Amino acid sequence: MGVGLISGAVFSLNQPARYVHWHFFDMSVANISLIIAMLIVFALAIVLPFPGARRRAAQRSAGRRG
Amino acid sequence: MSDLSTSNPAAGGPADSELASSWTVRLRESAVRSWPPERLLPDSQPSYVASWIYVFGAATIGALIVVITSGVILGLKGPAWWHDTGVGHFFNSVHLWSVELFFFTMVVHLWGKFFMAAWRGGRARTWISGALIFLIAIGTAFTGYVSQQNFDSQWISTQGKDAMNSVGIGAFFNVTNFGQMYTYHVLLLPAAVVVLVGAHILLVRRHGVVPPLPLGKSDGGPESAAVDGEAGGAPGLGRPEQTMPSPTQTGRPQ
Repeated sequence: MGVGLISGAVFSLNQPARYVHWHFFDMSVANISLIIAMLIVFALAIVLPFPGARRRAAQRSAGRRG
Repeated sequence: MSDLSTSNPAAGGPADSELASSWTVRLRESAVRSWPPERLLPDSQPSYVASWIYVFGAATIGALIVVITSGVILGLKGPAWWHDTGVGHFFNSVHLWSVELFFFTMVVHLWGKFFMAAWRGGRARTWISGALIFLIAIGTAFTGYVSQQNFDSQWISTQGKDAMNSVGIGAFFNVTNFGQMYTYHVLLLPAAVVVLVGAHILLVRRHGVVPPLPLGKSDGGPESAAVDGEAGGAPGLGRPEQTMPSPTQTGRPQ
């Protein structure tokens, strides 16, 4: 399945939904894309540093030593 | 009697014993004990909250505010407006996509809390209220889809009625009855979601934001145990007082 087909199914809603069917598994491409997006955002939320977190941790440890 | 008492028998006011039996006094004192102002509206958060994974609860509330605001506008203007006018289409789309964002952020929030075992430290009710919000929100979204007043809602309702009938609730929850579904969608279920979200936030404020799971002693050393307010306790059995971070654990600059 090409990228163009997937993106077309996701972004053009003016047509019947495309489905991925494999044995018992049956889900629209839009829903699969959404779940993958949620997994990516979840992983990024864990991995990416939060702005100012290091500065605050350094200030905290400095305060503990001082 | 606490300092909240305003009794003055000499001036003809109620005696302390009368005040102690007053349900309003007991409720007020209980509320202040559970949520003192500095805990209800804190000026800093524990240092571990400085992570993107802690953002998604607030993001879900933000999306919910947009959902309710756009939904109120749609409800006031009516189906002809949201189907036939450009501005109506816009607000219809804002309502749909804010719901998508609401569920997106809520699911990421749920995953984060699940893998953090967020029911630890006496936070079981916080976890359960969150799970209830998730389930009721699904029903709210479903009744919204069958209240659209278009072919899509007809298709969904005629497919969904079989599921309702198969579990024996079709007589009470008739998905082909627009009036009933609309009442569920704009009043009963949103009210339940809003009340539970309020309770959820109050429980978070009472017990504090759940800390990350402690690292092993060889990995994190003493700091990992210090961050987790229930270190050494059994999961889920910690008292609220034990779970609140100490001032030295907060992110306030020292």
